[in-house]
Amino acid sequence: MPTARLATLGPLLFAAGFAFLLAVLVAGLPFGAPPMTVGQAIQGDAAGTVGAANFVTAVVLAYRGIDTLGELSILFAAAMAAGLVLGRPGERRAGAAPAGFILRAGADLLFPLLLVVGLYIILHGHLTPGGGFQGGVILAAAFVVPVLADPGRPPEHRRLAWVEGLAGAAFIATGLAALAWDHEFLAPLLGRGTLGSLVSAGTLPLLYLAVGLKVGAELTGLLVRMTEADGEAPR
Amino acid sequence: MFWIVLLMVVVMLASAVAALLLPNFLGAVAAVSVVSLGVAGLFVLLRAPDVAMTEAAVGAGLGSLLLALALRRLGLWRLEVQEETDHADR
Repeated sequence: MPTARLATLGPLLFAAGFAFLLAVLVAGLPFGAPPMTVGQAIQGDAAGTVGAANFVTAVVLAYRGIDTLGELSILFAAAMAAGLVLGRPGERRAGAAPAGFILRAGADLLFPLLLVVGLYIILHGHLTPGGGFQGGVILAAAFVVPVLADPGRPPEHRRLAWVEGLAGAAFIATGLAALAWDHEFLAPLLGRGTLGSLVSAGTLPLLYLAVGLKVGAELTGLLVRMTEADGEAPR
Repeated sequence: MFWIVLLMVVVMLASAVAALLLPNFLGAVAAVSVVSLGVAGLFVLLRAPDVAMTEAAVGAGLGSLLLALALRRLGLWRLEVQEETDHADR
């Protein structure tokens, strides 16, 4: 049948055209020779101006702080939309059986370990690779594992929402303080300190702490909602 | 270095194809997370540890967990592949 064959050929043609387009674009890319010099300028400038040993953090929070605020807003909107779709916070099957012995013992073991690792990655975001987003995800994992191990526990959405809101407000408040003090939104304050020490780079560690708490609370709420919604799916 | 990267890319491609072909949804989710882990390893080799940490935490960890929880919500969380007649019942 010609129409059926056409219907199967269509996606194939589309894929081939897409591959051709990608090949052309890749062939035209100047690999190894960045067309912009802003990266080199930041590499030379960041240690002296911002005081963060990790240049990625200097870019994320100091040079492009407002991008990070946008990222946080997108994450907030996504988590809120997922919460709306999954719905009904605080509803939990009363007689939910606890998980097996291995998961419960593993959760008890993992919770403090994940908590320490997450907080370490957040607090050392301006010194070593990592930071608020990565550490926040690890914090979320730390708080979701006990929920998986014991699904009968009452949910703590209200407390999570408080943490999330306060952390987000702290991020914006730090930015506004910089606006009032330095005439630039989210400009690093409080001096640079010595490069490479824990208390350095001004407000960058505080900003990353706010980011980490916000991301952790958001993702914990999202994942707990996903586990709550278990077993009540429409068929 | 070259052989390590080649091995990782082959493993990633194999698990990506496995994710498409596996009849077991939970296995497919695991295969997808293997692809994410491979990408994270490649980022480490390319000296981008920040991106590698994000990929490992979000792509391999959180993404797989979300997919697995979605499977559970949809009632597709099964460890064994069941008969076709069982699928027809649902």
